[in-house]
Amino acid sequence: MRWQLSAMGMTGRDSRYICLNISLNGCSVILTSSDISALLLSVRVASVATFVSLPFAVAVAYVLARRRFWGKGLLNIIVHIPLVLPPVVTGYILLLLFGRQGVIGYWLDSCCSIVLSFHWTGAALAAAIMSFPLTVRAIRLSIEAVDTRLEDAAATLGAGPWSCFAYVTLPLALPGVCAGALLGFAKALGEFGATITFVGNIPDETRTLASALYVYTQSASGDEGAFRLTLVSLALSVLALALSEWMAQRLADKTGLR
Amino acid sequence: MIEIKAKLTLSSFELDVDVACEGLVTALFGPSGSGKTTILKIVAGLAQPHTGFVRFNDEIWFDSARMINVPAHHRHIGYVFQDARLFPHLSVRHNLMFSQWVRRQRAPHLTKRIDWDDVIDVLGIAHLLERSPLTLSGGEQQRIALARALLSHPALLLMDEPLAALDAQRRDEILPYIERVKKTFSIPTLYVSHARDEVERIADEIIRIDEGKIMQRQRGSILI
Repeated sequence: MRWQLSAMGMTGRDSRYICLNISLNGCSVILTSSDISALLLSVRVASVATFVSLPFAVAVAYVLARRRFWGKGLLNIIVHIPLVLPPVVTGYILLLLFGRQGVIGYWLDSCCSIVLSFHWTGAALAAAIMSFPLTVRAIRLSIEAVDTRLEDAAATLGAGPWSCFAYVTLPLALPGVCAGALLGFAKALGEFGATITFVGNIPDETRTLASALYVYTQSASGDEGAFRLTLVSLALSVLALALSEWMAQRLADKTGLR
Repeated sequence: MIEIKAKLTLSSFELDVDVACEGLVTALFGPSGSGKTTILKIVAGLAQPHTGFVRFNDEIWFDSARMINVPAHHRHIGYVFQDARLFPHLSVRHNLMFSQWVRRQRAPHLTKRIDWDDVIDVLGIAHLLERSPLTLSGGEQQRIALARALLSHPALLLMDEPLAALDAQRRDEILPYIERVKKTFSIPTLYVSHARDEVERIADEIIRIDEGKIMQRQRGSILI
C-alpha cells in the first residue's frame, strides 16, 4: 500500500482555493477548501460537544448506576429522549429554547451576549445533546460493572462518597468512560437532523461534513463531491472506533481488569 | 467496649441480638448463615438493622430511636473481609496508603498511632510492596488486607472469616501473623469465625451465635 498526502494552492481566479490530495495506491481524492472547512468544523464541533458534555455524562451515569432517589425514572427518560425522538424535532425544540427569542436563548443573549442558534457553538450543543444518551449508556454500564464490595472496603478505610468515586469507582470504570466518550464523539461527528434545524447550513460556520454532503446530494453535479465526503466520513468514523477499542484495551491491560 | 443491640428481619432470616463485648479479641462463633457477618456489617455501618443500637466506648454509632447513623467512613474501624478486596488498579503500596489519602483528619483521642514499618515488619510483607494485588496468593492478599486495615489506624478491628477462603496449610501460615498483630498492636477486635481451633487460639471472649440469636457468652478462650 502506498500513501501520499499533498497540499497545493490552485492558481486561478479564486485564491482561497486550496486542495488536499490524498492518494492511496494511485487513486486520489482531492478535497476542496470547502470540504476541508467542513471537515475541520465537524471535528471542532464534535470535540467541543464531547469534552463539555463528558463531566455531565459521568455524573448522570453515576447517579443512574448507584443512587436511589425520587425521579430517577424520569431522569432516565429525559436523558434517552434524543435517542428516540426524530432529530428534527430535537433541533426544533432547541430552536424554541435557545433561539434568540427562545426562553433560554433570549436570556443568554441579553445577559452574556451568547447566541447559539446559527452559530457553530449551537451545532456543538445539538451534537452534545444527540450523543448524550449513547455516552451515558456506555459509562453507566461500566460503572455498574465496578464491584460494590470494593466501594464498601473503601468506606471502611475512611473514604467518603467523593473520595470513593475519585479513587475507586472512576479509575475502575475508566475504560468504559473513554469508550463512551469516543462513541459520543463519533455520533457527534455525524449529527445532521438536529444540527441543520437548529443552526442551519451556513458555509464555514455551521456547515459540517453531514450538511456539506447534503448540499452535494442536492445538486446535479454533486456526485463526485458527495463521494469524497463519504470517504472522509467513513475514514473518520472508523478511526474514532478503532481508537476507542485501542484505548479500552490499553486501560484494561493497565488495570489488569477484563 | 462495644455494645450491640439489633433486630433485623429478612425474608428467610431473623436477627435478634443484644450483647456487650468486653474482650480484647471477642470472637463471634457459629455456623455459616447464623448472622455473624451481618452483625459485623451492622457494627461497621455497611448494613442497618430495623431497630437497634451500636455503641463503641462512649461513642454512639447507631441508634434507631434517635435517628443516629454514623456513616461507615466516620467510624474509625478497620475491616478485614473474607475476600481480601484489595483494589486491583493500585499496587500493594498504594493499597496500604489508601486510608492516608482519603481520610482528611484522624481522631487522635480515639485511635492509636500505628507505625508503617511495624506493620510491614509484623506481617512480613516488605517484599510485596511493589507488586500488583492480582499477582498475590490468597494468603499474601489476606496479609495485605490486614496491613491495610491496621494502617487506617482503627479504634476497632473487624475481621470477617479472614482465613475461610484459604486451604488448611495456608491457614496455619496466617494464624501466627494474626496472633502477632494482637500482641503487638492490642487493638480491640471482633473476630468472626466458624472454626473452633481458630477461635480458641485467638479470642479472649467467645460469643456463640446460632440462627440469629446469641446462644452463649463466655470469657476465656476455651469453648465449653
